[in-house]
Amino acid sequence: MRKDEGFALNNERNETLLALHGVEKYYPITSGVFRRQIGTVKAVDGIDLAVKRGETLGLVGESGCGKSTLGRVILRLEEPTAGQIIFAGENLQEARSQQLHQLRKRMQVIFQDPYSSLNPRQTIGRTIGEGLIIHKIGLPAERREKVLHLMEIVGLRSEHVNRYPHEFSGGQRQRIGIARALALQPEFIICDEPLSALDVSIQAQVINLLEDLQDQYHLTYLFISHDLSVVRHISDRVAVMYAGQLVEMAPKDELYEHPYHPYTQTLLQAVPIADPEAAKKRKEPAKIVKDSLSIPSGCKFSSLCPISSSDCMKEAPVFREASRGHWVRCLHAELD
Amino acid sequence: MFEDVCFMASPVLHVKDLKTYFFTERGVARAVDKVSLKLMKSLTLGVVGESGCGKSVTALSIMRLIQPPGRIVEGEICFNGTDLLTLPEETMRSIRGNEISMIFQEPMTSLNPVFRIGDQVIEILQQHERMNKKEALARAVELLRQVGIPSPHEHIKDYPHQMSGGMRQRVIIAMAVACSPQVIIADEPTTALDVTIQAQILDLLKRLKEQMGTSVLLITHDLGVVAEVAEDVMVMYAGRVVEEATCKDIFSKPLHPYTQGLMHSIPGKAAQERKKRLAAIPGVVPSLLALPAGCKFNTRCPHVFDKCFIDPEPVLLLPKGGHPVRCWLYEER
Repeated sequence: MRKDEGFALNNERNETLLALHGVEKYYPITSGVFRRQIGTVKAVDGIDLAVKRGETLGLVGESGCGKSTLGRVILRLEEPTAGQIIFAGENLQEARSQQLHQLRKRMQVIFQDPYSSLNPRQTIGRTIGEGLIIHKIGLPAERREKVLHLMEIVGLRSEHVNRYPHEFSGGQRQRIGIARALALQPEFIICDEPLSALDVSIQAQVINLLEDLQDQYHLTYLFISHDLSVVRHISDRVAVMYAGQLVEMAPKDELYEHPYHPYTQTLLQAVPIADPEAAKKRKEPAKIVKDSLSIPSGCKFSSLCPISSSDCMKEAPVFREASRGHWVRCLHAELD
Repeated sequence: MFEDVCFMASPVLHVKDLKTYFFTERGVARAVDKVSLKLMKSLTLGVVGESGCGKSVTALSIMRLIQPPGRIVEGEICFNGTDLLTLPEETMRSIRGNEISMIFQEPMTSLNPVFRIGDQVIEILQQHERMNKKEALARAVELLRQVGIPSPHEHIKDYPHQMSGGMRQRVIIAMAVACSPQVIIADEPTTALDVTIQAQILDLLKRLKEQMGTSVLLITHDLGVVAEVAEDVMVMYAGRVVEEATCKDIFSKPLHPYTQGLMHSIPGKAAQERKKRLAAIPGVVPSLLALPAGCKFNTRCPHVFDKCFIDPEPVLLLPKGGHPVRCWLYEER
């Protein structure tokens, strides 16, 4: 299989909606009065990724791995340091403001914290309909109609349209965020930890809602989360991120059943299992002590890796296709 | 009323019919309403429930840290036979941190940002164990080593902001175990942490329990965490205990519709079914200021029938071969 096949554009069946090529986002570390640059934080360090139309790609990783930054770079809320982001065949970097304005309509985001991502001084009707006003869609009466319809779709009562965010619970606020994201009929939605502020029973409601909406409106999701069980439930494919790089990517069952990368294995072992019998049987989780922020040269995981060798410190492994559709960045990953 | 059966060892901590109410302008919120629990020596009791179910208020009540407008209205909190609620504040202060200590949810906010972590550990030791500075320093290094902080004699000089969340939580655990307490109350100790760090912290709690015979009251919303470390489980809803059982029983045969709902809401509990809909519990937790009459779960329960809507609400029933559950479905007819 050719390496670039996964990134082929407009392949009829598996049309790629979003493709990232070598995307990087570096932040300078400065010091002293003259803000001299003394180093860089490589928040996103060379990501190649393709999201197919209609799929849900789960992006997992621990705090600080760069997954949220990547989401923001895709939306161009942050300018990437290098790399290309191609959305529906158009290069986002080259897009001029008018064109970008049009493209933005087609990609939306649902944020993590339903408490801080809604303007507390706007009625929720205004918040949901704001995109319609900005993009000058419809007459005021039509917009109002549309907002009420959106509220119904996400399971909010339409008579609450003139209420303010503080009058709603966390789960309801997340529904408001979802309604806002849907208002412009996007094709692609980045869900950045949309469930982590919610209780378990409410989480399940929101997951169901996201899945129903996907079926109904043929949405494509990039689902960013640290919760491996949620990602397994909702995703078609899963990508694992560590220190700004993808370390593994595969169809979800493949990834969860046969993880190649030692980091993925460690992550999966650490997930608590809601079954006391199974919890007793499983082996001790590998010890990862994240003491230092310094990242080794060579493989970034080598200093914490249980199977690292001297080669790992010298040579940075490439992201290769270990078996069909299963990509891994490790020198030692056992291949079939 | 709650006589101990004599062949059972007496519990370290025994809460009886605790009622903690918050007297707000909009009415009385009964955050904890007649909660009883027993914590046995060197065992872990998991308290599970969603936000607002009263699990944290129960913990704070045991520590006697309820702030106005909240107040403990009724009940007994027996610690080794003495009722903590009758003690003068001064005695209570010597028990807090010394014999019962608490680990809070937020590792980011429960350390003082302007003191070095070493000094914060040392302060506790000087305060409660009457050690001199030198002994306390040596003990602090030892404690930090025990909780798995690498090269503790260096890190002892760090300020909290210089450490990661997992490391800070370790420091807090070190502070909690500093005086070898008999009871540790851990309120969502791993919620803010990454899974790999969470696994280590849970492992650490397990080890402390085995080595030091500490009893742990573990408050969490995460059923996975409970399955990992608890021997007994108590499920709370709207300020009430709705079900209590051993950890094995609660997962293998949950009785209360709420517990069953929680189990089904966890994604990926059963081997991965492809995009199967999750059985969410419909609706939201009712406001404590406007609880329904009868069973408090009747607004969300899939099995409601007439009796559920009328007061009095169900009591904790003990069905044959089962465990205590607050639901009319298990009433002997």
